[in-house]
Amino acid sequence: MNTHATESATAGSTLVAAPTIRYYAPGGVLFEIEGRIGDSVMETGVKNGVPGIVAECGGACSCATCHVYVDEASLELVGAPDDLEDDMLEGTASERLPNSRLSCQLRIQADFNGFTVHVAPEQI
Amino acid sequence: MTDQRRPSPGTLIVGASQSGVQVAVTMRELGYSDPITIVGAENQLPYQLPPLSKAFLSGTADEESLELRTAAFYADKGIRLVLGEQVGEIRFDGTAGEAVTDAGRVLSFDLLALTVGAAARRLALPGVELSGVGYLRNMADARRLQADLATAESVAVIGGGFIGLEAAAAARSFGKNVTVLETADRLIARAVAPEVSEFYRAAHERRGTTVRLGMSVTGLVGSNGRVTGVALEDGEVVAAEVVLIGIGVVPRLEIAEQLGLECQGGIVVDEFARTSLPGVVAAGDCAVMPNPLTGEGRVRLESMQNAVDQAKVAAATLVGQPAKYHAVPWFWSDQGNLKLQIAGLSTGYDQIVLRGDQQAEKFSVLYYRAGHLLAIDSVNGVPDYMTVRRALAQGGQIPAGLAADSSVPLKSIVVSAAPAAGVLA
Ligand SMILES: Cc1cc2nc3c(=O)[nH]c(=O)nc-3n(C[C@H](O)[C@H](O)[C@H](O)COP(=O)(O)OP(=O)(O)OC[C@H]3O[C@@H](n4cnc5c(N)ncnc54)[C@H](O)[C@@H]3O)c2cc1C
Ligand code: FES
Repeated sequence: MNTHATESATAGSTLVAAPTIRYYAPGGVLFEIEGRIGDSVMETGVKNGVPGIVAECGGACSCATCHVYVDEASLELVGAPDDLEDDMLEGTASERLPNSRLSCQLRIQADFNGFTVHVAPEQI
Repeated sequence: MTDQRRPSPGTLIVGASQSGVQVAVTMRELGYSDPITIVGAENQLPYQLPPLSKAFLSGTADEESLELRTAAFYADKGIRLVLGEQVGEIRFDGTAGEAVTDAGRVLSFDLLALTVGAAARRLALPGVELSGVGYLRNMADARRLQADLATAESVAVIGGGFIGLEAAAAARSFGKNVTVLETADRLIARAVAPEVSEFYRAAHERRGTTVRLGMSVTGLVGSNGRVTGVALEDGEVVAAEVVLIGIGVVPRLEIAEQLGLECQGGIVVDEFARTSLPGVVAAGDCAVMPNPLTGEGRVRLESMQNAVDQAKVAAATLVGQPAKYHAVPWFWSDQGNLKLQIAGLSTGYDQIVLRGDQQAEKFSVLYYRAGHLLAIDSVNGVPDYMTVRRALAQGGQIPAGLAADSSVPLKSIVVSAAPAAGVLA
């Protein structure tokens, strides 16, 4: 699952705004969406209508149709995929690249403000 | 309404779940601009069902995280949600129709999608009304089950299918005494080969769940209105403070029947999701369609994949851009740390090939008919699953004689589809 170790609890703090996640849809249109800490990058994108994230299994790491390329600058926030996700990534419809992730496995943390992904052009 | 010309009343979608939401979203993506109304019996934003027996029951997902779309999304796309109301009466002459909800609201339409899903199959036995006894089909069921589990020591699950076993695994992870009672002589008998059933029986027992096969339940017993146990044919009573009945689902057909649609174990649709009445489509758990892989016979698929893909086909039909259903069926079931992934349809297989190591809880079963690959069940074997899913989608084959050697990655032995006659350059 998520490999990022930063403390995500923000209870009691009014200073931490909801982090804004940035999605480049296939074709390049940018969507900037306020994320809920603990939700996945997939859920946040799908619920708000970011095109191109299919997410057929709803986040169970079973479909590989929520494939995104994580922006270089954001990559260090999420680290590497675990074994299951790594195996699933072998079956993505768009080419797997070093910054490929399944967005359902990326959990939004307090310090994700500006976290940027490019939705893979082909998901199925 | 003013004295302008009356616009099209638009599309009515009955059933606000996976399939219904997908029909609406795809119609908008395809450029449909008339009104879309989704009416749903449940009084909350549409949400995902699969996590109800997994992450939600285990406490790792909350209700908000399961919502399919935000309220703002629907508003933004001009998709009107009528929630907490059930369509009772409906009529449609092929060009103009009207539905009336149980709250008396009248909804007019000129296109109709039925995405009414299925309801839990009821157990007709004495004692089913006792508190602590229930089903798991929707959020209300899941909330109740979660609350019941919080105080119970022992849990009985009637029915050894996917939902029962997933819930059993979740309950067991909380340290409950869990007994699964199954009438058939094996688990998940409808969906998987006997070898996979046996693996699941042993795997659940290793985790401390008691699995009893060939067990006929005769009723539920209780005291002061609460369940205390499950009575078996031979007079034995299995103690349980919570009983989950998971014996399958039945498609909801009332509305289809009112409209006079052809129904045979589901609302009959063709590969374009068209029912027997023009202007009416059906998709998801309520629909029965031609087998998408072989074209032979009809199937009703209870899966997310089908709910989504068939809804897309239905939407395309409604907007006048019909496209055939061609998706490879797939399914998954997470039971504790056992990830089962299925691709294809194994119905009618005459040979299976086992790969991997059942002891290590990492293996696959490939299904063949006349040497032709039909399907795969994979337990913690993502690479095999993904390879087969892709091969089936592209018409590729995996020779049965080579597949049994687990040291050879399946990927390396896929034979691609022969080019169609005349295409050879
Ligand atoms: C606990 C559980 C776990 C599951 N796990 C998996 C899994 O791991 N993998 C997988 O692939 N699939 C799984 N499934 C199956 C999958 O969720 C279903 O196949 C899918 O939800 C079907 O969607 P649907 O829209 O066709 O029907 P449904 O989800 O059944 O939705 C139908 C909706 O229509 C409403 N409705 C019905 N009649 C009316 C009416 N007259 N008026 C208004 N509203 C009406 C109902 O209230 C309901 O909300 C699971 C299902 C359950 C219940
Ligand atoms: S949503 Fe299916 S793998 Fe991410």
